[in-house]
Amino acid sequence: MIEGLVFYLFAAITVASGVMVVSSRNPVYSVLWLILAFFNAAGLFLLLGAEFLAMVLVIVYVGAVAVLFLFVVMLLDINYLRLREGFMQYLPVGALIGLILVVELLMVYGGWKFADDAPLSVASRTPDPTAISNTDALGRLLYTDYAFLFQAAGLVLLVAMVGTIMLTHRTRTGVRKQVIAKQNARTKESSVEIVKVTSGGGI
Amino acid sequence: MAEFFTNLLGQDLGTLVWIVLRILVIVAPLLLGVAYLTYAERKVLGAMQLRKGPNVVGPFGLTQPLADGIKLFFKETIIPTDANKFVFVLAPALTFILALVAWAVIPFFEGGALANVNVGILYLFAISSLGVYGIIMAGWASNSKYAFLGSLRSAAQMVSYEVSIGFVLVAILLCVGSLNLSDVVHAQEKSVWFIVPHLPLFIIFYVSGLAETNRLPFDLPEGESELVAGYMVEYSAMTFALFFLGEYANMILMSGMITTLFLGGWLAPFGLAAPFGLVKLWGLFWFLAKIAVMLFGFLWVRATFPRYRYDQLMRLGWKVFLPFSLFWLVLTAGVLEYTGWMRS
Amino acid sequence: MSFFDRTARDWLLTELFSGMALTFRYMFKPRVTINYPYEKGPLSPRFRGEHALRRYPNGEERCIACKLCEAICPAQAITIEAEPRDDGSRRTTRYDIDMTKCIYCGFCQEACPVDAIVEGPNFEFATETRAELMYDKDKLLANGDRWEVELAARIEADAPYR
Repeated sequence: MIEGLVFYLFAAITVASGVMVVSSRNPVYSVLWLILAFFNAAGLFLLLGAEFLAMVLVIVYVGAVAVLFLFVVMLLDINYLRLREGFMQYLPVGALIGLILVVELLMVYGGWKFADDAPLSVASRTPDPTAISNTDALGRLLYTDYAFLFQAAGLVLLVAMVGTIMLTHRTRTGVRKQVIAKQNARTKESSVEIVKVTSGGGI
Repeated sequence: MAEFFTNLLGQDLGTLVWIVLRILVIVAPLLLGVAYLTYAERKVLGAMQLRKGPNVVGPFGLTQPLADGIKLFFKETIIPTDANKFVFVLAPALTFILALVAWAVIPFFEGGALANVNVGILYLFAISSLGVYGIIMAGWASNSKYAFLGSLRSAAQMVSYEVSIGFVLVAILLCVGSLNLSDVVHAQEKSVWFIVPHLPLFIIFYVSGLAETNRLPFDLPEGESELVAGYMVEYSAMTFALFFLGEYANMILMSGMITTLFLGGWLAPFGLAAPFGLVKLWGLFWFLAKIAVMLFGFLWVRATFPRYRYDQLMRLGWKVFLPFSLFWLVLTAGVLEYTGWMRS
Repeated sequence: MSFFDRTARDWLLTELFSGMALTFRYMFKPRVTINYPYEKGPLSPRFRGEHALRRYPNGEERCIACKLCEAICPAQAITIEAEPRDDGSRRTTRYDIDMTKCIYCGFCQEACPVDAIVEGPNFEFATETRAELMYDKDKLLANGDRWEVELAARIEADAPYR
């Protein structure tokens, strides 16, 4: 009973905040609604018994990605009224794209067919949740059957990271940098000179 | 106890009441601890700077936190005209709630966690990674350049140090083979406290914890000398108090995490047996004692070191802690694989 | 310091720990603060605080209205008017000090030939209104009566150096 209630609560909030993401006037609000949507999605994962996925969703999307979104959105200086000016003009195009997507989805759903042995193979992939924890099961699957795909995904991310750094990194000349090792290596002898100055003589 | 309530109020309601009671039992002493942590901080700082610290309100100034609380409670909550009211009030509440929510998975003694979940470490990590929102929302909603600069700094700082904290956690859970915090302690019961093999990680975690809780020497988000208290500039009265309480509750939480991960949680040192068979109380005592020692370290560090410069802070996080924790992670994995601890 | 020595020290964080050891040692040192309103620090006999006009032991006021203090006062805080008294001695009819002007230089007590105007040990004479800081003769004499024991002791303690 309670589980059902909680599910509908999470689901309703997820959908509602999803709507708010696209409809709120202030982009910062959009991101905040997005965060709420992530949270409730994590809650839904928890209800499914996928606690690892739930936590990773919160850590990765809420803890890192949404922070970056928020960063960018907050730093933008947008005139929100100007942004909405052409809304009616673009409405037909947007509606058309949406319609096409819905039709495509319906076609896919209508033509969906399971392979004959699909239920069997799915069952064999699903370990007994009482015997093995969610995290353990995911790890075993990722690092055995899908090791190559998993590593490839990691590599793609690495390449993206290297690429961004290469694109934005520039070496400027004439910038004085602090080298802490050098500073620590300085001794009294190498940096202080005590001079006896005769009066009127100068150094 | 649980049966008592289920018998009295029926299955659903009884369980609910029992859970709420347990939450209260954790939260009420925690808030008291937060209040007296501020007192302890002022006393310890005073002692280290050859001062006396608060000594006027009550014997030895012991009711000072109470007086401060009453003062903040009765002050006027000022919301700036151009501030975003909802987010402005939401931010401190969020900070405070997050600092409390994380305690759900910390095991106080054998079997003494509110929720003994399988992904306890991840849960803690997730909650601590959310801490940045309170600050960033406060900075944005204040509509003030100081607050905004402070919050941007803080967000960058917290996200950076989260990375090394994450690697430290991975190294620990490699040794444990579980994400459950009780299992972490049990693993240390079987071998040694993880501070022994992982001393460098302990130091990294501790320093990252300082940065994560915005404590000195990493309190740039506040930076009262150049940012006039950073993201908290516009806050007053209870909204400010919530930030304040949140910061100190986070310190206690961070100490609790360090204790659980590195200092063997509720385990007594040298396997000392519990007197009079009070196993749970004995465990609780050692857990709290270790937390107290860690908290003293927080205050001690504050009394000793000057504030970091921002570029030095980033350098430490990305160029020292991140590579080192990564190296240590690989080393740990290698040693575990070589010695065969992982083959179970 | 050789390279290895230095590197080892860096990695063992000796600097950090020696700093922390220092603060820890300081924790057990005696406090240097005093609990001010209840405890006060020692004052030199030459401390220049609130002004007072003294009397002779027989109750006669010392001031002979020579106006040396008025003349030397760099802040021109002192105003004196004088007339011969009924018994023919020269006395002040008015002796005002504007304490808001006074810079507590102590020239008045240096100039005084009869040790009448002195700056006493009292430094806690804050008032709630500005008008209360315009001291008149009555106030100054009352100060003198109140602080006479301390004032005499201070002058005696400082006497060998004059």
